[in-house]
Amino acid sequence: MKEILLQIDGKEVKATEGMTVLEAARSADIFIPTLCYHEKLKPYGGCRICTVEVEVRGWTRPVAACLYPVEQDLKVRTRSEKVDRIRKMILELLLAHAPYSIELQNLAQEYGADKDRFEKESSFCILCGLCVRYCAEVKKKHAVGFVKSGAKREISFIPEISSKECWNCKECFPLCGTSYLQAAFVLAESLAFSSASSKNATEK
Amino acid sequence: MPRIDSAAELEELRKGILSKRDPNKPYIAICAGMGCHGLSNDRIITAFEEEVKKQDLKKKVDIRATGCHGFCEKGPIVVIYPEQICYVEVMPGDVPEIVSQTVLGKKVIDRLIYTDPNTGEKAAHQSEIPFYKNQMQHLINNNTKIDPKSIDDYLAIGGYSALSKALLEMSPEQVLEEIKKSNLRGRGGGGFPAGKKWETARNAPGEEKYVIVNSHEGELGAFMDRAIFMGNPHSVLEGLIIGAYAIGSHQGFIYTRHDTPQLKNNIDIALAKAEEYGLLGENILGSGFNFNVEVHFDIGIFVSGESSALMKSIEGKNPEPRAKYIRTSVRGIWEKPSNLNNVETWANVPLIINKGSEWYASIGTERSKGTKLISLSGNIVNTGVAEVPFGTTIREIIYDIGGGIPNGKKLKAVHFGGPMGGSIPESYLDTPLDFDELAELGAPIGAGSMLVLDEDTNMVDVIRFFLDFLSNESCGKCVPCREGIRQMLKIVTNISEGNGREGDIQLLEEISEVAAAASLCALGKTASDPLLSTLRYFRDEYEANIK
Ligand SMILES: Cc1cc2nc3c(=O)[nH]c(=O)nc-3n(C[C@H](O)[C@H](O)[C@H](O)COP(=O)(O)O)c2cc1C
Ligand code: SF4
Ligand code: FES
Repeated sequence: MKEILLQIDGKEVKATEGMTVLEAARSADIFIPTLCYHEKLKPYGGCRICTVEVEVRGWTRPVAACLYPVEQDLKVRTRSEKVDRIRKMILELLLAHAPYSIELQNLAQEYGADKDRFEKESSFCILCGLCVRYCAEVKKKHAVGFVKSGAKREISFIPEISSKECWNCKECFPLCGTSYLQAAFVLAESLAFSSASSKNATEK
Repeated sequence: MPRIDSAAELEELRKGILSKRDPNKPYIAICAGMGCHGLSNDRIITAFEEEVKKQDLKKKVDIRATGCHGFCEKGPIVVIYPEQICYVEVMPGDVPEIVSQTVLGKKVIDRLIYTDPNTGEKAAHQSEIPFYKNQMQHLINNNTKIDPKSIDDYLAIGGYSALSKALLEMSPEQVLEEIKKSNLRGRGGGGFPAGKKWETARNAPGEEKYVIVNSHEGELGAFMDRAIFMGNPHSVLEGLIIGAYAIGSHQGFIYTRHDTPQLKNNIDIALAKAEEYGLLGENILGSGFNFNVEVHFDIGIFVSGESSALMKSIEGKNPEPRAKYIRTSVRGIWEKPSNLNNVETWANVPLIINKGSEWYASIGTERSKGTKLISLSGNIVNTGVAEVPFGTTIREIIYDIGGGIPNGKKLKAVHFGGPMGGSIPESYLDTPLDFDELAELGAPIGAGSMLVLDEDTNMVDVIRFFLDFLSNESCGKCVPCREGIRQMLKIVTNISEGNGREGDIQLLEEISEVAAAASLCALGKTASDPLLSTLRYFRDEYEANIK
């Protein structure tokens, strides 16, 4: 593996080819906030809270640290006025959905985000996709998935699969940064599982 | 049909087709494009077929159901050759008269010819109608000359001669050089230099490479890709094969609309015919070059036209964009180098190879070369598809070709590029059609849809419409786009309903900045462009509704 030297916040960091900026930063104990990142999962790039500024050949631009591959001599700034503005807005947009999330509240404090900037939305999910991806990539069950697109996107338990698989697993529950996942599960359980399992029963 | 194995055999075949055709034999070209199709032109086609049969003229008259002629406003359009007499708004009942009077009697039927609503002047021939007269057509003009289902028709107008030249007389490097020198820029929205993209894909490591036609055409108000691809599918295919040769690809994909079965049908026929003739498949034209094409249906959501989402969709996955820190021309479908171009971009390729990059680069402006297909819609007299050289002013397009604004209204704004584009006000009408000049004004041309808006238009409502569209048609994966658009739509809706609040404009600008900087794909990055262009030129309309 080729060794790559880059600079993060003025500090020389050693990385290897194929690593992302986020991985390089973590290996050097430099903190970059994340919401949709998880070591066991493929980088997703959904929350954008990990946005940092990189400078390549004199050109500065914001990128997602969890996806951006390290390059020789890359200069990374994990905090700047612009980065902070982006993170603040992202937090405010998410707090409209999940105002009680401790994870979001802590970050909000750091970035001066106002949890009441936008009108509250009834959904508590921030659509980080940790549960969906954990179930697909690690458990390979696909019991929970995304449905619909754009502003209507939601997570949804697939009753046929989850009524069989979820009882003994529930490994995705602690990944959720809000309490939405468990609520969605309980809802699916009460509404759909009984009919899904009774269907199974009658089929047998 | 025996397959063609050399340039000589291709020319032999072409000669054979032409020798059986009498250039003076009358033929009736009936538009079967998207616009006219909606006007049940199939009844007209049937009527002509029946009339020709009834009068026993099968040997004397040819009928062609052709692709879009562009003048959709006046459809269904029927053109009688060789005189090029153009009839507009033809009804099935007119058909017997057209056959007897015009096709046989060579007389013009006054009632069916075009009358200029502004001057009252009549025009019997296509070339005299202002809509056509003021265009420069190098692509769409062939639509009236061919039946899209007939490869012989395409060969009769010189089809596949560029392919023969490229494969048999040029090296892949020479083809690439020619495209680079032509300065051809992508027509799908970004205006990225095609030659540069091809070169990246060509030089990218890996044996297996792909070339793709983007025929999703999701931009609202755009129908020029469909006009070209449905009307002249071989021209796009010929461009694609030439590109594949230059890039070193042996597998192509066509990503096309699932909701337009005639388009898919014409593409399928073109592929089958090209293969039968030895223009596709193994050892094309005896050159030793192999190339195959697969057709894929799009997912009917706007974001599936974005390159990385499109490629996921071809892989059979959800059309969700991915970060393109490594370009798709290096790592695309199944991680292989994949060169994606728009329908119109590909259609330009045979032209450049045939006529040379120098000729091509002589058309247009300093940095935007060739012609551009434009879809005209909104408050304009002539809706339809027009082709003009870059450098034509917006005023010329709207007034000389488009016939101006109907009902004596004044023009307020022209919106380019659909939901990721922007508007310019009347005072900028003398701006030339040019990728960079319009982008600088905040109204990038996008794929080429031009929505003309008259004085009665409320710009805030236009923006509300686009944001609403995007909030449904984005994928919803990333926060700045999904949540940013949600909130911008709420604010703009409030303003348009007269309930704007102090600070709303600043908040819109703040959300825009974050969406543009931090979104994952170009949809989110440019979703607020229409909004920003109207804040630039029509800010007072927002302010008027803020308490
Ligand atoms: C949201 C979104 C939708 C797009 N839709 C289309 C489309 O419908 N057709 C198209 O040709 N390009 C579309 N594009 C642009 C493509 O990503 C890509 O740049 C283009 O097909 C490349 O071809 P070109 O270089 O020949 O223009 C879209 C881009 C985005 C971000
Ligand atoms: S910018 Fe919008 S369309 Fe693109 S990935 Fe993000 S949510 Fe999806
Ligand atoms: S952690 Fe990088 S986008 Fe979510």
